[in-house]
Amino acid sequence: MKRMRFVLLAALVAILFSSCGYNKMVEMEEQVTSQWAQVENVYQRRADLIPNLVNTVKGYAAHERETLEGVIEARSKATSVNIDPKNLTPESIQQFNQAQDGLSSALSRLMVVVERYPDLKANQSFLDLQAQLEGTENRITVERQKFNQATQTYNAYIRKFPQVIYAGWFGFDKKTYFEAQQGADKAPEVQF
Amino acid sequence: MKKLVILILVISGFAEISFAQIPDRPVPPRLVNDFANVLSANEREFLEDTLVRFDRATSTQIVIVTVPDLHGYDPADFAVQLGEKWGVGQKENNNGIVILVKPKQGNSKGQVFIATGYGLEGVLPDAIVNSTVIDYEMIPYFSENNYYKGISNGVKVIMEITQGEYTAEQYQEYYAKKSDGIFPGLFIFLLFFLIIPLMRSRRNRFYSPGKSLPFWLAMGMLSGGRGSGGSFGNFSSGSGGFGGFGGGGFGGGGAGGSW
Repeated sequence: MKRMRFVLLAALVAILFSSCGYNKMVEMEEQVTSQWAQVENVYQRRADLIPNLVNTVKGYAAHERETLEGVIEARSKATSVNIDPKNLTPESIQQFNQAQDGLSSALSRLMVVVERYPDLKANQSFLDLQAQLEGTENRITVERQKFNQATQTYNAYIRKFPQVIYAGWFGFDKKTYFEAQQGADKAPEVQF
Repeated sequence: MKKLVILILVISGFAEISFAQIPDRPVPPRLVNDFANVLSANEREFLEDTLVRFDRATSTQIVIVTVPDLHGYDPADFAVQLGEKWGVGQKENNNGIVILVKPKQGNSKGQVFIATGYGLEGVLPDAIVNSTVIDYEMIPYFSENNYYKGISNGVKVIMEITQGEYTAEQYQEYYAKKSDGIFPGLFIFLLFFLIIPLMRSRRNRFYSPGKSLPFWLAMGMLSGGRGSGGSFGNFSSGSGGFGGFGGGGFGGGGAGGSW
């Protein structure tokens, strides 16, 4: 009889867990992690394009060494920062963001320099690279948006009643959003 | 009670406002959505027909959307969000394409963006979309105000490139496999609700065949309904219009241009 009661209790607990959202919390957390992997993936894609881009530009604008070196340096910095998706802290996201922003600004400096070389701008392989780079930036935006959406769904869910009571017991904590680039709200300065 | 109703109305109103800029999925579903009125009725019909046939043959869905105004969106963002919202392409292949055209009007530049679903990024890389499709096939005609020619040329090239990537057979196979999955579930269902009660009633000697017949019949009808519904809803057999969007996803792939 005692064993029967134990089995019943175990069954009840199992039902409670699955119906009270434990499984759902696991699922949502997994969603956030996999979306983070997707974010890193598109940033990696950008980093992979850069050697090719630098080589193409070098052929036409060899004496823009400083800018080109700046891009290469920012790239190696950006690729050295990798975060374990299981360990997404605000600090680690911030660090990742900073490194990638460094690369973004180095790239935009390069694109300004490129404007001075009409031959380069007429080169088909450069145009292709430019299209790929633009596409990658679009992908970064989309995946970051999706990451924030997944995080938002997860955060909202664990803070709702009744999950809010026991989410903490199992280590489901609030996750950090991917914030917009620092200073992105300020318009860039234009100098003539 | 009244307060509650008002609250619900207010909340649902807000929800609508935040999405109002991206047009809703058309009802009934259409592949050619000329919100900016740059195509004639004949042209629209011809394009729709071509695209529906292409969808049926390859399961790849190409959507054409023209809008008079982007409401401040970046064209890439607009096209991708629209594709996600409408679910263009099949869910398991993510093989949707959104061709977004914002015609030139007065001082505002004309803009075009072609968003490729995750599953087509490989066969249709951004650079190809940018040069082969947009720069060579579309913009030259768009700048002459010939929207139909630009769109139909672009569509033709995209269809040629993506033709081999997915086939409707692959898609049908997928669904055939998927519908197999119903049977174990159905079996367990039957076991619990039919076989066990039957065995029990037999043991208890209360079993009377006449009484349980309607139950059997009801079960038969239920299982029949399950097998054929849903999964094959996307196939519109024979003639007729577009079967519906499949729920494909977009990741920001594609390219755009302006004139």
